[in-house]
Amino acid sequence: MRHVGPGRVVHACGLLLVVVVALFPFYWMVASSLKQQTDLLASPPVWLFTPTLANYADIFADSHVMVAVLNSLLVASCTTALAVLIGTPAAYALARFEFRGKADLWFWFISNRFISPIVLALPVYLLARQVGLLNTRLVLILIDLTFNLPIVIWICTDQFRSIPPDIEQSARLEGADQFNIFWRIYLPLGLPGVAVSAIFAFIFSWNELLYSLVLITSQALKTAPVVATNFMSGYELPWGKIMATGTVIVLPVTIFALIVSRHMVRGLTMGATK
Amino acid sequence: MSHPVTRHNPGYGRFTPLWFLAPAVVALLAIGIYPTIFAVVTSFRSYNITRRQDMLGGFPFVGFDNYVNALTDDTFWQSLLLTLKFYLTVMPLQIVLGLAIALMLHRPGLAFMRALARVALVVPLATTYAVVGLIGRLIFNREFGVANQFLGWFGIDAWDWLGSPSGAFIAIVTMDVWQWTPFVSLIFLAGLSMVPVEVEEAARLETKRHWPLLRYIQLPYMLPGLTAVLILRSADVLKLFDTVFVMTRGGPGSATDLVSVYVQRVGFKVFDLGLGSAQAILMLILTVALSRLYIRLFYREVQ
Repeated sequence: MRHVGPGRVVHACGLLLVVVVALFPFYWMVASSLKQQTDLLASPPVWLFTPTLANYADIFADSHVMVAVLNSLLVASCTTALAVLIGTPAAYALARFEFRGKADLWFWFISNRFISPIVLALPVYLLARQVGLLNTRLVLILIDLTFNLPIVIWICTDQFRSIPPDIEQSARLEGADQFNIFWRIYLPLGLPGVAVSAIFAFIFSWNELLYSLVLITSQALKTAPVVATNFMSGYELPWGKIMATGTVIVLPVTIFALIVSRHMVRGLTMGATK
Repeated sequence: MSHPVTRHNPGYGRFTPLWFLAPAVVALLAIGIYPTIFAVVTSFRSYNITRRQDMLGGFPFVGFDNYVNALTDDTFWQSLLLTLKFYLTVMPLQIVLGLAIALMLHRPGLAFMRALARVALVVPLATTYAVVGLIGRLIFNREFGVANQFLGWFGIDAWDWLGSPSGAFIAIVTMDVWQWTPFVSLIFLAGLSMVPVEVEEAARLETKRHWPLLRYIQLPYMLPGLTAVLILRSADVLKLFDTVFVMTRGGPGSATDLVSVYVQRVGFKVFDLGLGSAQAILMLILTVALSRLYIRLFYREVQ
């Protein structure tokens, strides 16, 4: 047993405070989702209460919420699949080929990540209206793709670069064509990076609100974050249902985020801090 | 470029890179560039879909009128200034708190608690922004919000947070600090773990005080991270929409009317698409300029 100095006590208290503050809003959301309306509206708020699953029963019986969760799942999965399908070949080309304009192309891919979504919201809305894509899941998938392709390309380029080029050379001597080299060597060997980038793409498109808000007005096509915010009207808000919906939205992405927590900074900074 | 041999005999055809790149390029061109061109055209028209004379006139071209209106619109400038004020408020808080947390996570001992804290820090980062806004509305509720209960414990009167201009601003700052301080601290932590172990150990033998260690040994390794934080967060603040929209819709009055929230309202509530497009193009120019700058600063090592 080491000597317990005052520094160690301060350190422990500080870390405890970090854990408590970081988790508190999440805890408060989950706790509120388990409260009855009377407990929710108690002033001052109650910390000890008899938990109820009634709010969850309500939202699982509410077809709006369930349809919205399914829509989010569909949009996020399709976006992720497309981003990986389109992004990994591009990442391979950037990692292994030399060609003119490579640096410019790379800058352009990455700069898409820095563009504020609001800048494209109005143009995309106008265009979608013109070509009749308003109120479709497809338009959400396509627009989410523009913001998630750069992440997939960045993370996978990094990953593919770390694969020894000798493997590729010997496969080429064996007569493997370019597509097979990518498909049978780079994708399997780069799988950790591909998986991490896929999880990021899923988290970001799952969390997306702005475009779902402006491009979708049909109730049957709304995504989960939009439906959760739509509860916010009227005088007496159904806080229990709101927080239960919030929990249902946040829980899966939190689990995903914990899986990739080691790569969290890399994903959020696009590798700006190596 | 560093291997001239591969340039002469690369082992792949001249057009091979094209096949691999084409899908991504086409997708980004179609979804990114095409709408932008469309917006540029719209920004030169009188295009309010609720204004009858615009409809009848076939949305006539009006030259730079929309741009003049956007640039002489006080509310637009105010929302940009407010965005700057928000940035200048959250950054010092996030840097100081982030540094303190990073130092605690880096300090030896208490391995389990440090691991637990690292995991806990991921939770705010992953929380859906819209849900952060919902939680914020519950926490800062006037009657049954837990924020007022905390104030009560210190003998401070309850406050109508979201109903008062400064309260609403503090509320959105609080939620942003909660959500993004972990990001800052994880970046600083990455910098701290770059300090060579021998150097740090030697310095710890030299002095028992923390300040010289931090100032002369650890800080130099954290500076690149600090620049990254300042730059990436400025891009984030320009983007910030979901949380604020859900929590306050820019109100009360224009107390939390950040530029994204304002531009969204002009386009989608007022339906002045011409003016909205002009504002969007102006913001696009701003963000493209900033992003070119960021990328030049950060990704210099790539070819």
